[in-house]
Amino acid sequence: MTDPLSKAFAALADPIRRDIVARLTSGEVTVGELAEPYDVSVQAVSKHLRVLEEAGLVSRRREAQRRPVRLEPEVLDLMTKWIERYRREVEERYQRLDEVLADISDDQRERGAS
Amino acid sequence: MSATTHHETTINAPAGLPLIEIVREFDAEPARVFRAHVDPELFARWVGPRSIETRVEHWDARTGGAWRYTAHRDGEELAAFYGSFHEVRADGRLVQTFTWEGAPDGVALEVMTLEELPGGRTRLRGVSVGESVEARDAMVASGMETGVVEGYEKLDALLAERSSAGR
Repeated sequence: MTDPLSKAFAALADPIRRDIVARLTSGEVTVGELAEPYDVSVQAVSKHLRVLEEAGLVSRRREAQRRPVRLEPEVLDLMTKWIERYRREVEERYQRLDEVLADISDDQRERGAS
Repeated sequence: MSATTHHETTINAPAGLPLIEIVREFDAEPARVFRAHVDPELFARWVGPRSIETRVEHWDARTGGAWRYTAHRDGEELAAFYGSFHEVRADGRLVQTFTWEGAPDGVALEVMTLEELPGGRTRLRGVSVGESVEARDAMVASGMETGVVEGYEKLDALLAERSSAGR
């Protein structure tokens, strides 16, 4: 699994990592703060962060000890857009189906009338 | 007509799961929606974008039957798809396998159910399950519509940039 998109989706496969990303949407947080609500060690959270970082979803500033974690919203945004684009295509396909369905009912009316 | 009511497609592609769920409502009774899925002429009219011609090469819409169609633009074959009709039930259940010949090892299982709504309307629910999350993503990207692939490439580039910057 080497391609970047698979990496990003795989990184979000874990519920703790999804939760971390959700919490980061409200701003920068330190690893210690991130670890607080979970029943896991700071080390375990760091490991999750490394996965997210490698997937390009979060970054950490090199700021002495604090090193706050922040979200890379562009990547998430594109992931959402990618699904939205797919959704739009499905919607367009179903709008074509709407037209076909309207046509079939006309056929039936004609057939019923003759 | 469809102009008066607007039924937006809902897509659910849960992170980390190899499935996509699609829900959409139609101003037609289930029997008609079903017919538009199993009648090859009708199906070819709506499955692909207008710029693409869908040619049904094989079509046996019965439980245990099979199907294959190709997509053409300006006479050139762009893609081919095939699968089996695992279950064809006129009361509103259609189960198929789906393979894009460009990725011949990949296969998705597609389950479509039609629910009757008041006023002669239908709620279609489609669930597509791939072998893995990567296979699901590839399945979405393999859509004939180039927009998806372009989106993918842009995201790939951005992600590649980020992961090398992080190193």
